[in-house]
Amino acid sequence: MPLLAIAALAVITYAFRLVGPLCRGRLTLPAAATVVFADAATILLIALAATSALFNGHDFAGWARPSGVLVAGVLAARRAPFPVVVIAAAGITALLRLAGVA
Amino acid sequence: MSPLWRTSGSTLFRDVALVCLADGLVGASFGATTVAGHLAWWVPVALSLLVFAGGSQFAAVGVVLAGGSPFAAVAAGAVLNTRLLPYGFAVADVVGPPDRADLERADPDRAGPNRTDPDRAVHVRARSARWRWLIRLLGAQVITDESTAFALRQTDPARRRAAFWTCGLTLFAVWNVSVLLGVLAGSVVRNTNALGLDATFPAVVIALALPALAGLRTRFSAGTGAVIAVALTPVLPAGLPVLAALAGLATGWRPRRRTTGEL
Repeated sequence: MPLLAIAALAVITYAFRLVGPLCRGRLTLPAAATVVFADAATILLIALAATSALFNGHDFAGWARPSGVLVAGVLAARRAPFPVVVIAAAGITALLRLAGVA
Repeated sequence: MSPLWRTSGSTLFRDVALVCLADGLVGASFGATTVAGHLAWWVPVALSLLVFAGGSQFAAVGVVLAGGSPFAAVAAGAVLNTRLLPYGFAVADVVGPPDRADLERADPDRAGPNRTDPDRAVHVRARSARWRWLIRLLGAQVITDESTAFALRQTDPARRRAAFWTCGLTLFAVWNVSVLLGVLAGSVVRNTNALGLDATFPAVVIALALPALAGLRTRFSAGTGAVIAVALTPVLPAGLPVLAALAGLATGWRPRRRTTGEL
């Protein structure tokens, strides 16, 4: 990832942060916009999780990784502590690979 | 610094510490998975210092590791960070130092021209307009999901400011140190696939997104978006399928009954 891309993302992100404090008291954001921004963020994260669990580039990543992620997702939904979620994802994937599942 | 610490209760410190501990683990896994994916060590470090928004850092690196273009990576990260815009509006009153109007609102008897509290008098006088701006510019960088949530939990303006700054500054320090530690750990481990470390990235992202999946409408949109992204991944260039998932927004949107003739 080139430094220019990192700088671009940093500038865009900082701009999003700064608009509110700059407009302090003079401008408000419509509630509908806030809901759309929040939903967009959630949709992107879930799509990112799904594609990175299932694929290596354009190809299927095998069953071990999505299985580990699925268990981690269920644990997270049941409010398991964060370290448990992460260790479960890695542990189950590693065990499946040890057992010969790709 | 005294006003900041004086108004911070011990519960605030405890809660901030717990959040920082959890985020430290996220940061460490971010650093480790990034270098495990053969990106240079300074990529996660620079992202953490300059962008300082966990979800978008994961998104940008995820797109690049999947073979996507830097443009797609920036676009995914930027869309994810649009939520910082409403956060900025929500915490606008506490990002900068308190001005005279704030103090008068908080305590109209003592903040007038004849007030006697020496601490507060020094407080207001010492902050020139330039200093005020510098603090506001710095404060903007520590607007995050966490610092906003902590600020909004408080009703009293002084406590809101204390909560925002305590969480924001602590998290900035913890996040960057933990990413660096993750980078060091990730460079030591050789065969990351045998340890299943590739599964930690999607797991962390799910854990980050789950609290927002409370509503049925958001769940439906996110589910639709995930199906779109997965279906398109084999055919579209990397990075684009995740952005295409935003079409899921349309499925969750229900047209409201119009009471007036306006659109």
